[in-house]
Amino acid sequence: MKMINLTINNVPVEVPEGTTLIQAALKAGFKVPSLCWHPDLAPTAACGICVCDVEGYPVPKRACATPVTEGMKVNTNSRELRELRKTILELVLANHDVKCPTCVANGKCELQQLAYTMDIDMEKVPKLLEMKPIDYSSPSIVRDTNKCINCGRCITVCNDIQTVYALTFADRGFEAHVDTAMSWGIGNSACVNCGQCTVYCPTGALREKDDTDKVWDALLDPTKHVVVQEAPSIRASLGDEFGMDMGTVTPGKMYAALRALGFDSVMDTNFTADLTIMEEGTECVENLKKHTGKPVITSCSPGWVKFVETYYPDLTPYVSTAKSPMSMFGALSKTYYPEVHGLDPKDIVSVAIMPCTAKKFEAQRPELARDGVPDTDIVLTTREFLRMIHEAGIDFQNIKEAKPDEGMSFYTGAGTIFGATGGVMEAAIRSAYFLVTGQDLENPNIEAVRGLKGVKEAVITIPGFGDVKVAVANGLGNARKVMDKIQQQINETGSTEYHFVEIMACPGGCVGGGGQPFGNGIAQRARRGEALYKEDANMDFRCSHHNPEITKIYADYLEKPGSHKAHELLHTYYFGRDKFKGQVEKQTTGLDSHH
Amino acid sequence: MKFYRSHILLGMSETSIEAGAKKIELALKSELSKRNLQDEIDVLETGPLGFFAKGVCLKVYPENVLYENVTVEDIPELVEEHFLKGRPVKRLLATTTRVEAYDFNYKERNVLENSGIIDPEDIEEYIGVGGYEAWEKALLKMKPEEIIAEVKESGLRGRGGAGFPTGLKWSFTAPIDSPEKHLVINADEGEPGTFKDRLIMEGDPHKLLEGMMIACRAFGANKGFIYIRGEYKLCIERLKHAINQCRSYGILGQDIFGSGFNLDFDIKVGAGAYVCGEETALIESLEGNRGNPRFKPPFPGVKGLWQTPTVVNNVETIANVPTIINKGAEWYKSLGVNGATGTKVYTLMGDVAMPGLTEVPMGITLRDIINKYGGGMLRGKKFKGALVGGAAGVILSDKLLDVKMDYESLKEYTAVLGSGAIMVMGEEVDMVEMLWSILRFFRHESCGKCFPCRLGTQQLYNIICKIRDGEGKEEDLESMILLSDAMVKSSFCALGQSPYMPIKSSILNFRNDFLKRIK
Amino acid sequence: MYQEIFKKYEPTKDNLIYILHDIQDNHPQQYITEEAVLSVSKYLNVPINHIYGVITFYGMFSMKARGKNIIRLCESPPCYLKGCDNIYRKLKEELNIKQNETTEDGLFTLELCACLGVCGNAPVMMINNDIYGDLTEEKVVKIIKDIKGEK
Repeated sequence: MKMINLTINNVPVEVPEGTTLIQAALKAGFKVPSLCWHPDLAPTAACGICVCDVEGYPVPKRACATPVTEGMKVNTNSRELRELRKTILELVLANHDVKCPTCVANGKCELQQLAYTMDIDMEKVPKLLEMKPIDYSSPSIVRDTNKCINCGRCITVCNDIQTVYALTFADRGFEAHVDTAMSWGIGNSACVNCGQCTVYCPTGALREKDDTDKVWDALLDPTKHVVVQEAPSIRASLGDEFGMDMGTVTPGKMYAALRALGFDSVMDTNFTADLTIMEEGTECVENLKKHTGKPVITSCSPGWVKFVETYYPDLTPYVSTAKSPMSMFGALSKTYYPEVHGLDPKDIVSVAIMPCTAKKFEAQRPELARDGVPDTDIVLTTREFLRMIHEAGIDFQNIKEAKPDEGMSFYTGAGTIFGATGGVMEAAIRSAYFLVTGQDLENPNIEAVRGLKGVKEAVITIPGFGDVKVAVANGLGNARKVMDKIQQQINETGSTEYHFVEIMACPGGCVGGGGQPFGNGIAQRARRGEALYKEDANMDFRCSHHNPEITKIYADYLEKPGSHKAHELLHTYYFGRDKFKGQVEKQTTGLDSHH
Repeated sequence: MKFYRSHILLGMSETSIEAGAKKIELALKSELSKRNLQDEIDVLETGPLGFFAKGVCLKVYPENVLYENVTVEDIPELVEEHFLKGRPVKRLLATTTRVEAYDFNYKERNVLENSGIIDPEDIEEYIGVGGYEAWEKALLKMKPEEIIAEVKESGLRGRGGAGFPTGLKWSFTAPIDSPEKHLVINADEGEPGTFKDRLIMEGDPHKLLEGMMIACRAFGANKGFIYIRGEYKLCIERLKHAINQCRSYGILGQDIFGSGFNLDFDIKVGAGAYVCGEETALIESLEGNRGNPRFKPPFPGVKGLWQTPTVVNNVETIANVPTIINKGAEWYKSLGVNGATGTKVYTLMGDVAMPGLTEVPMGITLRDIINKYGGGMLRGKKFKGALVGGAAGVILSDKLLDVKMDYESLKEYTAVLGSGAIMVMGEEVDMVEMLWSILRFFRHESCGKCFPCRLGTQQLYNIICKIRDGEGKEEDLESMILLSDAMVKSSFCALGQSPYMPIKSSILNFRNDFLKRIK
Repeated sequence: MYQEIFKKYEPTKDNLIYILHDIQDNHPQQYITEEAVLSVSKYLNVPINHIYGVITFYGMFSMKARGKNIIRLCESPPCYLKGCDNIYRKLKEELNIKQNETTEDGLFTLELCACLGVCGNAPVMMINNDIYGDLTEEKVVKIIKDIKGEK
């Protein structure tokens, strides 16, 4: 690779050709301010805050998009640049609904942080804002255009990274704004609720639909028995908020905080992650044995499920009918759990703490309800959970670790790695190998499917069956690549080379979920993912089929994987959806018979 | 079509009425109706045309043709030839020695030499006046690098506003080895006050096509696009027709003139967005996107339309090329001054006696353009200022009437030639109103992508509204200049850099107008 | 429903703007319906958010039903200098509508637009495909009357 030498604020720096000024400046030790640039996304070069002086050019250059050239002399800070940045920032604030104290992004907002550093006198800021209504049409995501600064990150994420095509710029000039097609609202768009837009939004313009009030109501209602589950990635996403290292895995403190909040029963989604592996793994093994030439595709990620229903309805028959771990937990929390504990299912409020905005949508799916009551009553994102901890004044860092309630909380390393891309695949391979051969893998670490590469492929040899070809994609843009290939192969030859495919809607998997803390970029996702693999490596049980609580629930209640009872409670069906509004058009699976 | 493609000015004065001007007006109108041209050709009574010819004089715009000694008997022939076929009646033309304006106006025409003289819908007429000879020469007798060298040598610079040397632009793209290259003609003429490209395309579409062919040959493109704004219906029709004629004559197509060179053109239509005049925004629009400008680098010459090397040239620029190839760079250089060679087409409007267009060598003074080609001020008004270069231009005061109109001379006054639009303003014009109108335009036409432009144009508009409503303060003037200057330094494309010049120049040259509103 | 139009164009994204023009010009109320957007999306395999973004970017496109005759009055500086604001006032008065509104009889929609490139004849307006220049208040009244007469 050709290297380029330049100086930034008189600091010499060497970077590869094609690097932009803003990246080179970071290497030289200077963070050039910007409101639109994000290291994970292609620059839109919209805001103009990052302008820097480059010797030889009469007007400053945008550092985010200008490539370095040999011998360049760059100055990132001067009186003139400060004035320019201030002028732009004042205009941005002039068109921003400055409601910092109540804003969901308070303390995390990039606009707030920049304004704070730049000595802005709000008295001198002109007024440009014309208030517009807030979009509440989605069960997952709320969009407040009055806080939007038009940086375009959400549009880049939605269209270029996720290829969901829900958001766009509309209108022109001062009226230009982010919108959905025909202004129908997010709830009536192709949006799959992945929430990546909320993670990358520099302000509070895009956020999760807040359901914390509902949870407080349930917790403070003595007639309700409130059960809570937490997704695998949650335990790796809390510590840094409270000053611990990024990616610190804190299940004990997590349980303790939930108890302190007043949940009646604290259990764990990781348990149903193991259960999912038993059901999905069994489905997969049966599919292998039948040599169908068709894949089994994972179904844990609700953003992905809506995506496949919307863009590849013809492939929904190959999506595993196993419910997601959250919905398996939800179903059991309203059946098995009250039966064991002698409770009336009507009194139970089932809460899920998820890294995910799409889980709010999943919980509302009518097919995942019992007599019109959802199996999972309320879904909170990581961000909402963190706000509740803050509201309750819980000293998370110093709280004494606690244990969960027994029955639906014991988990193996296989369950915990569900939170990272490739984790479901690795967990499934561990169990599928056992289900076919009756033996455990010598080395349970399937390195080939780990890491943040967009599409990962591997061939696993299972004695007695042969080679199993697997693919793992994270991020819906990558999922599209894999699906296009599978679709083409099936259309042309009637079969595909893949036996098992894992798809996670969010880049990095659940640790990069749309409900994760604001600004949770690829670098942070990597740290959180690594932490989960570390927890797995240190566990006594690393395969779902060794989970004693799993063994117990099959013995006591579910009989065996794939049983009639298991199907009734733990499996579901899918739909084809309208490409434009995402509405259900027709049921596409589970029509003829159960597997 | 109800669009008046021509206006006939009939000078009504004592002497002309005596000579039968009233009768001629009646005859003209009835003849036009008979030919069903009454909705295309407008007959206007005006005061004395300022020519001292005998008899009734008719002045025709935009062709800028003058007839003298016209009688009622001449009318059928005149209507048939000029207004139906597009050929002025030579025997009735005023002798050039007698009529200064007419003389100036055609003598040094180059781009518009055929405009108003040949039938734009007939390729034979274009060929008849030597059309496509330059193309043949360029294709069969010249190497591509020779074409580029000739154009470089001629000193031709972009006529769209920025003034970039055309030959140099081609020479960046020519050596790139790419399976596909494109020429895109920017005919998205949107700069307020500019309509030169429309008249070039309407009056002589083949001139543009010939220039395009030579350009494509020069840097190795096999496909050319003309991006025309959607409002220019007649241009679109005429060019489509002209392209089809070229195809049927084998001037476009496969293996042209047995040279082995293949070339075809297509017309693409815009949908109403000023910013698409910016070359990268235009490319975005061609690809079927919103017209948001792209970041440069990479420049279109390296990665443009569909990521292929693409040269974007203005209509007028390219219409200069056939003459350069025909008459040579030396001849071309002999026109113009100060590093600005050739002729420039100006559109003249506002408070001048004869609005219209004119083509003159570079370096002529503003005063000459107004007086000699525009017939002086309208109804003897006193000159107050002129907006030169469109909305993104500069408002010059009477002190600058003698500045030479070329790139370098104007630069000294931080002014630009821009698109060649000259809007003349009489004494009663209030610059606050003018600036308000300009800023309203930018506010609406910003693409809305980059922050300084989207928010800055709105804020500038708000300030000028405040001043206009009598609620402004003197420091608002300073803040407008500062804000627009910040926009120059931080905007993504030229649009956000544009408000600075009209703001700075109007406040600098006409401060009193503003102070009157402020008190 | 739009097949006749689609037939004329290859299904590539760069034809989007031309297809939209064609659809709008062929609609009696000169606008692009939501159904049309969905059809174009299917034909070109371009998502609707993109099409919506494009439609709203360009001044000539509308997603609101409009009148049979669309009056587009230029409000750029040269026309402003020549008094387009008076013409605008007169038009509003004569038609009894405001900007971007349509008369009750569905005959006229009044819009403002940027430079039409006929500045030599300022003030100027365009009614559908026809240009009217050198406007005066009297002339405008007559033009409106004439069109009403034609129906």
